[in-house]
Amino acid sequence: MKLGRIVGTVVSTRKDEKIESLKLYVVRDLSMSIGDKDSFVVAADSVGAGLGEVVLYASGSSARQTSMTDGRPIDACVMAIVDTIDVDGDVVYDKRSDAWPDPPAGGGDA
Amino acid sequence: MELARVTGRVVATVKYPTLEGVRLLVIQPQDADGTPQGPPMIAADALQSGPGDLVAWVTGREAALALPNTFAPVDCTIVQIVDHAWRDAELLDAPWPPGGTGGAP
Amino acid sequence: MILCRVLGNAVSTVQHPCYEGRAVMVVQPVQPDGRTPLGDEFLAVDSVQAGPGDLVLAAREGNTARQILGTDDDPFHAVILGIVDQVDAG
Repeated sequence: MKLGRIVGTVVSTRKDEKIESLKLYVVRDLSMSIGDKDSFVVAADSVGAGLGEVVLYASGSSARQTSMTDGRPIDACVMAIVDTIDVDGDVVYDKRSDAWPDPPAGGGDA
Repeated sequence: MELARVTGRVVATVKYPTLEGVRLLVIQPQDADGTPQGPPMIAADALQSGPGDLVAWVTGREAALALPNTFAPVDCTIVQIVDHAWRDAELLDAPWPPGGTGGAP
Repeated sequence: MILCRVLGNAVSTVQHPCYEGRAVMVVQPVQPDGRTPLGDEFLAVDSVQAGPGDLVLAAREGNTARQILGTDDDPFHAVILGIVDQVDAG
């Protein structure tokens, strides 16, 4: 699975009927230290994730292993909302202190 | 299937229902000598591996087949905790074809 | 399928049950000369009694691996499916 942040939604009126009713998000790939990468993917949502959240998504045929995406032309699927990540004993991400897209309130100047 | 070292954990309380009870780990792919190969990844754990373990992992559709519920949106799963991986790079310098038919020395 | 050189093996005691009794080899993809490395090494389940030093044919695709190993629902992804005697290339 890959780590990403939901940075947008995709709205499409003309599309294959098999992907009607799916919620499609623009997901930006993240490094394991929550740094933005330059790659994006459009992923279907299977867990009710929302804008700004750090999520995991599965790719390829694995993305069709949910009741929402089964048998549909989908190759990326958000399957978990991340609470925390620790690497080598250090907490590198904690959802409770995640301030995307803004710096912590009251911190910055205009 | 590839080798990796488990370096961390991902906690996600909201995940696809068939993934309940499945642990998610951060792994760093490496070769048998311990040299990292590519960026770290996130894998589901079908065993009880943890940080520090050397593991083997599979990708693709069959990654879900290692889990208790195989109808799961998972594309990377740990399937073995490796006791040791042995590699002899000198084998790449061995004569080929075996027995030798007069190639360069 | 790709040409690989077998470089070693990996030994596990804790593993998915489908791997019990199967040999897992460390293999290095190589060019047709049989020795020049081509990308990163990986692990493959042996089905032909290959050993270190052998030049082998390997498949790195789950459906192929499951067909060769004779299982429909086990998590196999890469398999050694032949030992190469000779390569004629250019």
